[in-house]
Amino acid sequence: MAEAAIELIGINKSFGPVRANRDINLEVKRGTIHGIIGENGAGKSTLMSILYGFYQADSGDIRVAGQPVTINTPNDAIAKGIGMVHQHFMLVQNFSVLENVILGMEGEPLLNASIAKARSELERLEREYGLEVDPDAIIEELPVGLQQRVEILKALYRGADILILDEPTGVLTPAEADHLFRILGQLKDEGKTVVLITHKLREIMAITDTVSVMRQGTMVATRTTSETSVEELAELMVGRRVLLHVEKGEAKPGEIKLSVRNLTVRDSRGVTMVKGVSFDVRAGEIVGIAGVAGNGQSELLEAVSGIRRAVSGTVMLEGSPVDVTGAAGPGDLRDRGLAHVPEDRHYMGLILPFEEYENSILGYHDEPQYQKGLFLDIDKARTEAAQQIEKYDIRPPNPRLKTANFSGGNQQKIVLAREMEQDPTVLIVGQPTRGVDVGAIEFIHKRLIAMRDQGKAVLLVSVELDEIRSLSDRILVMFDGRIVGERGPDAGEGELGLLMAGVEAKEAAE
Amino acid sequence: MDFFNVLILVLDSTVRLSVPLLLACLAGLYSERSGIFDIGLEGKMLAGAFASGAAAAVSGSAWVGLAAAILVSVFLALVHGFASITSRGNQIVSGVAINFVAAGATIILGQAWFSQGGRTPLLTGDGRFGALNLPFAAELRDVPIIGQIYSELLSGHSLLVYFAFFMVPFTWWVLFRTRFGLRLRAVGENPAAVDTAGISVAWLRYRAVICTGILTGVAGTYLALAQNAGFVKDMTAGKGFIALAALIFAKWRPVPAMFACLLFGFLDALSIRLQGSPLPLIGKVPVQFMQALPYILTVILLAGFIGKAIPPRAGGVPYVKER
Repeated sequence: MAEAAIELIGINKSFGPVRANRDINLEVKRGTIHGIIGENGAGKSTLMSILYGFYQADSGDIRVAGQPVTINTPNDAIAKGIGMVHQHFMLVQNFSVLENVILGMEGEPLLNASIAKARSELERLEREYGLEVDPDAIIEELPVGLQQRVEILKALYRGADILILDEPTGVLTPAEADHLFRILGQLKDEGKTVVLITHKLREIMAITDTVSVMRQGTMVATRTTSETSVEELAELMVGRRVLLHVEKGEAKPGEIKLSVRNLTVRDSRGVTMVKGVSFDVRAGEIVGIAGVAGNGQSELLEAVSGIRRAVSGTVMLEGSPVDVTGAAGPGDLRDRGLAHVPEDRHYMGLILPFEEYENSILGYHDEPQYQKGLFLDIDKARTEAAQQIEKYDIRPPNPRLKTANFSGGNQQKIVLAREMEQDPTVLIVGQPTRGVDVGAIEFIHKRLIAMRDQGKAVLLVSVELDEIRSLSDRILVMFDGRIVGERGPDAGEGELGLLMAGVEAKEAAE
Repeated sequence: MDFFNVLILVLDSTVRLSVPLLLACLAGLYSERSGIFDIGLEGKMLAGAFASGAAAAVSGSAWVGLAAAILVSVFLALVHGFASITSRGNQIVSGVAINFVAAGATIILGQAWFSQGGRTPLLTGDGRFGALNLPFAAELRDVPIIGQIYSELLSGHSLLVYFAFFMVPFTWWVLFRTRFGLRLRAVGENPAAVDTAGISVAWLRYRAVICTGILTGVAGTYLALAQNAGFVKDMTAGKGFIALAALIFAKWRPVPAMFACLLFGFLDALSIRLQGSPLPLIGKVPVQFMQALPYILTVILLAGFIGKAIPPRAGGVPYVKER
């Protein structure tokens, strides 16, 4: 095989007491796509930030193309031909594509000449790699997929031979992700080296040549992708066997707990996103709503949980109507036994600067059980938080820790614990495992099944088809604001995929 | 013709009154575009005014006064820079502190050095920036309309007035046509992008606050050595805050900043002109109301007429590398 593009030897890095990287060795061959996989917080991003000069290693050596190098700043990395596409794009939102590309590489003090030069260079790169993007477009007006393309162009404009991508598909639609993979393939064909950091096993299997697995700051294994399997990688990541398919017994559906009829919802721009949706959820079953993101699932969740006012339609909770087109707010619904785990935990589920125990009663804090005279019963909240932490294995087990300091998976467990422990009759869950690592996914799935077995009615919305298929007792597919089909849990992936793409709906309309 | 004469007079004083606002406003523009909010424009201007008054009184030279003002004002800007860039402190608190220090220190030092109740001695001749007559101003005076506009409105201002208006296109050019400007705008929007592009965020921001210091120094000098003949305590009288309002009003852009400052200057000139004279339809209006008018209009304009003013996104937030 080809010689090494990058060698990392014995890299160590600590942040205070946390050892983010321990004695890491890594070799990336020239002209390959090398995946680095690991759970959130395994140290992948830290390692790549060291390679890019964003942080300095406490000890260890870096070699680029066999030569020992010192990389103290991003400038050093750029000079060695290393480019990075960060997880959160490093773009100036109100600048044009061109301005973003030349930032830091302007050459002379006056801009005119450098802009003209960049324009022709950009055209060449676009032709060569199929990276079309309007050089005069303003970044904030571009979809994320194109913004990411600008990041890649930035790196290539700086003459990058080695391109590091940190969780590049987290913000992309499946179609955009496929396009990105084609671009990466093209870069590889041109002789560039690509390092892909991700926690999605499927991406690793789809595109990489070699894969290295990190766990808790150490590099545990490196495999040739074609000679390994999803199961092996998952096991290496978590350090034990993972159940990717949840084992569950037969559902015992009881009476109808949540009933939605002809619900129509508009989003904040006034576009009708949910177009007359009807369905029931019974006690003791999980109803999954599958669909490509942006087909009205979010608005449906918000309307049913009382966050967004519906235009028309009725919602019945345990047989009595809920005023979803009028005054009913999330608090009223919560009082009536409907708990909601929102899709975006940062935006709706948690207040990150609060301590864990404060978030563990958020939304329930005005209930009598947490009152002591005029004041909150802080002791009770802390005791309960400690119990939830134990029951849901939330780490680190400290109710006084700022919520922002928990990892994504543990933050999600905080939200789940809060909503599940209030003993609701109906549980509405949006994207329960988005940005959550494999170990926590397994735990969360088990808890959801346990809720079902306790006789709760569970409505699950997820864009992860695997999740929908392994948890749901009935699957509803949503496309363009409508429910276009209902299938059992044994429905094939291909069949559901066609429904999600609206194929059957179109045929029916014709 | 009488109305025309009055108009020329009002516009003439509009120019004079808007110059300190304009200089302070452009000063704030450099800092805030780089992501450092600066509520201390007022204090830096005041300290600059005092330094120029004191230095000009001692040396007899307006240029020495200007140099002293810039030196002191840049020093205070660097203090603000150190607090908000290096120490990552709260930019509002640091700005307010500078305002208090300047208000107190100028009076104490003025009294200690000159014993005139916080004033600096009255300046004459070379100690001030006098009026500059443009060529043929006298000859063209009698040409109707154009002559008056040229000789009254455009000619006869101090050098600093011309400097202030020159700074408007110059600032625009720096911001949008130079490497420094591109980076300055970038660092105020997304410092992480600048950092990963291999540019020092701190050094860039320090240079921005130095620009701010220079311009507030000139603004203070204008107050003490051109508009007045020496430093008088609290002579900035809130102009630094009006300049901030103008900056928001102009959405952090240099040319609209000039028009905003001219508008505030015009309101000020109008209120002085209209004091004591009865208004048509309304009758006599109390002096206090006329004096308050610019401020009332500031509030109204800022509250309702500018649409959405989006400050530089990273403004007010110290840059810390994320973990």
